[in-house]
Amino acid sequence: MKLAYWMYAGPAHIGTLRVASSFKNVHAIMHAPLGDDYFNVMRSMLERERDFTPVTASIVDRHVLARGSQEKVVENITRKDKEERPDLIVLTPTCTSSILQEDLQNFVDRAAIESESDVILADVNHYRVNELQAADRTLEQVVRFYIEKARRSNTLELEKTEKPSANIIGIFTLGFHNQHDSRELKRLLNDLGVEINEVIPEGGLVTNLRNLTKAWFNLIPYREVGLMTATYLEKEFNIPYVTTTPMGIVDTAECIQEIKEILKKNNYYKNFDEYIEQQTKFVSQAAWFSRSIDCQNLTGKKAVVFGDATHASSMTKILAREMGIRVSCAGTYCKHDADWFREQVQGFCDEVLITDDHTQVGDMIARIEPSAIFGTQMERHIGKRLDIPCGVISAPVHIQNFPLGYRPFLGYEGTNQIADLVYNSFTLGMEDHLLEIFGGHDTKEVITKSLSTDSILNWAPDGLAELNKIPGFVRGKIKRNTEKFAREKNINEITIEVMYAAKESVGA
Amino acid sequence: MSETLSETLTFECETGNYHTFCPISCVSWLYQKIEDSFFLVVGTKTCGYFLQNALGVMIFAEPRYAMAELEEGDISAQLNDYKELKRLCIQIKQDRNPSVIVWIGTCTTEIIKTDLEGMAPRLEAEIGIPIVVARANGLDHAFTQGEDTVLAAMAHRCPTQDSKILVGTISDSENNDQWPLNKVLNSKIVNNLFQFNKKTQPNDSTNYYNHPPLVLFGSLPSTVTTQLNLELKRQGIKVSGWLPSQRYIDLPTLGDGVYVCGVNPFLSRTATTLMRRRKCKLIGAPFPIGPDGTRAWIEKICSVFGIIPKGLKTRENQIWEGLQDYIDLVKGKSVFFMGDNLLEVSLARFLIRCGMIVYEVGIPYMDKRFQAAELALLEDTCNEMNVPLPRIVEKPDNYNQIQRIKELQPDLAITGMAHANPLEARGISTKWSVEFTFAQIHGFTNARDILELITRPLRRNQSLEGLGWTKLVKSATS
Repeated sequence: MKLAYWMYAGPAHIGTLRVASSFKNVHAIMHAPLGDDYFNVMRSMLERERDFTPVTASIVDRHVLARGSQEKVVENITRKDKEERPDLIVLTPTCTSSILQEDLQNFVDRAAIESESDVILADVNHYRVNELQAADRTLEQVVRFYIEKARRSNTLELEKTEKPSANIIGIFTLGFHNQHDSRELKRLLNDLGVEINEVIPEGGLVTNLRNLTKAWFNLIPYREVGLMTATYLEKEFNIPYVTTTPMGIVDTAECIQEIKEILKKNNYYKNFDEYIEQQTKFVSQAAWFSRSIDCQNLTGKKAVVFGDATHASSMTKILAREMGIRVSCAGTYCKHDADWFREQVQGFCDEVLITDDHTQVGDMIARIEPSAIFGTQMERHIGKRLDIPCGVISAPVHIQNFPLGYRPFLGYEGTNQIADLVYNSFTLGMEDHLLEIFGGHDTKEVITKSLSTDSILNWAPDGLAELNKIPGFVRGKIKRNTEKFAREKNINEITIEVMYAAKESVGA
Repeated sequence: MSETLSETLTFECETGNYHTFCPISCVSWLYQKIEDSFFLVVGTKTCGYFLQNALGVMIFAEPRYAMAELEEGDISAQLNDYKELKRLCIQIKQDRNPSVIVWIGTCTTEIIKTDLEGMAPRLEAEIGIPIVVARANGLDHAFTQGEDTVLAAMAHRCPTQDSKILVGTISDSENNDQWPLNKVLNSKIVNNLFQFNKKTQPNDSTNYYNHPPLVLFGSLPSTVTTQLNLELKRQGIKVSGWLPSQRYIDLPTLGDGVYVCGVNPFLSRTATTLMRRRKCKLIGAPFPIGPDGTRAWIEKICSVFGIIPKGLKTRENQIWEGLQDYIDLVKGKSVFFMGDNLLEVSLARFLIRCGMIVYEVGIPYMDKRFQAAELALLEDTCNEMNVPLPRIVEKPDNYNQIQRIKELQPDLAITGMAHANPLEARGISTKWSVEFTFAQIHGFTNARDILELITRPLRRNQSLEGLGWTKLVKSATS
């Protein structure tokens, strides 16, 4: 048992549901007790989804516990088949069904005979994998299922597209800025003259998965989800893939060069150097920003980075390599990918932290006392408590991380967004310190909440200095009491003496 | 709809495929209510993920609750449950020093049959902190019923009258003078009984009738408990305690001759425990939600104690007058309750009194005995307002309900957050049902808050009227 208040990655079934509900016309049925369909709330609220989330539960209750699910799961699958006519139904096990050890595969086989939809059982174990690993696995499972189905019926598209083309794999629901990244990636590939073959799972049709093999290569923007699918497609069909996340100027260029190499192997020669230079110097403002005096002020400032492996490693490299900021610690909660992460951030940070315990992250931040944090919503709250500004760069996230406006993190527009995020985090921190040093914006400190005041009370410098020594949480109260006392005694200038007189009079 | 104009209420039961919160969510309000408690949810990542997301910001405020997250070794019994729980509880004792640790049993502890009830007394003796066990799991319960399981478990921990007399601590002495006549023969009550019907308390300037002790059960914010206490005080009724109290160490005295009354419709298990195990007398009343409910609730308590209520009608009317602007807005509008928190019957009754038409009352679980008075008031209200009785659908099926909503096109659907946005996109106004559990809705004072919530989508519609974008889904999608 583990005493836990918070977790970075959710349980396995959430990953499966995220993949399943990202596809069009795919329905997921959870084998779960009442109340476990919380995923629907998250999708409906965070993504502000207009459509009903295609996830229902086959409820596990007392009766199921006593007698087993029996016909219930099969009935629920066939019912959903008739109601919604989905292309695919994914039966999703939860922690509860993991320990019930019912033969869910048997239910799936039986239901598949009766229903017109395809039916599969998500192959994830609650106690072995987390949300991200499960998503990766489920995506591969669905792709494999349809590729093999197409192979059996000889409908697999083995011929490559005429022009260079790519699949974008791993864009899905409740992902951190995934929708915006997807748009930016499409634009990037379009600029390079590469056609988009399929984008999965978000908005994709499972019936189109047999087309995946037409692409010249696969682009995996996020390491956490899509890598298994890419390796499967490479092994089976020799389709190469690019895993360099195009986040930041250097890595975006690197990603483009890798694409060039792949195209070259297919006897398609195109030089992107001019494009990269044009974008780097003039389209993206990030390169110029790093030369500007604004960014000079950030040189050597301490920062801490924490998040999923993709975003935390890219962010570390951007801060250290492109902005001259000192990353005191870079960390990730993707423990299963620790080796890769260490290798990525090596040389870009002072220390590496691999943990999924948020208290360890909090302690590390408190010890380092950075000028800014780049992390998840949890780090934002740690920052709030320690008075350190935080830019959110990775899931887990809140509703404010699903902005309506265009906010990619990838590609050249992404570099602009990141530069803003970094700069805003640090200036806010600077301003805060300046305020502290000079004791506020003006010496006539705010007495009432309204901006203008007809009070003639004035705090003398020594009084104010004394007031600032008082701990923040009682300062307001002491101030009010003193001012009340001063008004009663018709004193206009509050000096240190007045303060103590007020204090004494309270006791009297 | 004319065929549904039946004389009596009809109850239906569907498949139970509906969306609601897991009952462990009760820790979110109970840990705040019981200030010296610590809630330990013994479950998996799934439970933790739900709490973390459902409770949002609260999680960052160093809450007095945590997960005892079960790992593979716990499930396969490679680790010893008792030792593991002991380790965690000692840590909690060190870090927080609570007056009580509440273990919330979950689906997983049910399935692997963790003997929480058996382990608690042993561990309690060993570490010296009371451990209360509540099985608030999704196998048996929905949402607010979680509180019911916790309060039922806590009812066993309330002191008995006898033990209080023996202990006789200073803080208890105030309550002692309200005990039943047959037990405390020498108390002031007996003396007063032969003097006047009404008596004056030595330390209290208000007049109370001489009535047996009354304990109210149901967790409400302390401001609302004060309001209800005052409401009863106006009638000369003294509330001797609440279950739960603000602090665990102040749990009310229970026993033979103590009258109890519920304030929320989902507390049937607690009511049963109080009657059967603690020998209390249950006052079955409608619930104090809405001015009509509050008045009926007070009247019922008064009638049990043989007190003639005074000024209630005037007070109720005053409240209704204050609501007039909102009532004008809701009058004649139709409502559909999808059902997820068991407050549905009381809310429907209040809304019908406000002049609304209720098509359907979905509800997770219907205890016809505990809700009897409320159901009777619903029937009376429908007859008085001359509207058809709504159909009450237990264990609803959300899919079927959405088909019915599409057909009926109600002016307002009261529903969980999973369906709210999709319904709004289809032009159906919605109100999130969860808000009713977190808002203050009890008593005369808070009647306006209920209508504030109900009218919010209607007022929003008014201000967005004429913009021409009520339906925002492409016609191809269902």
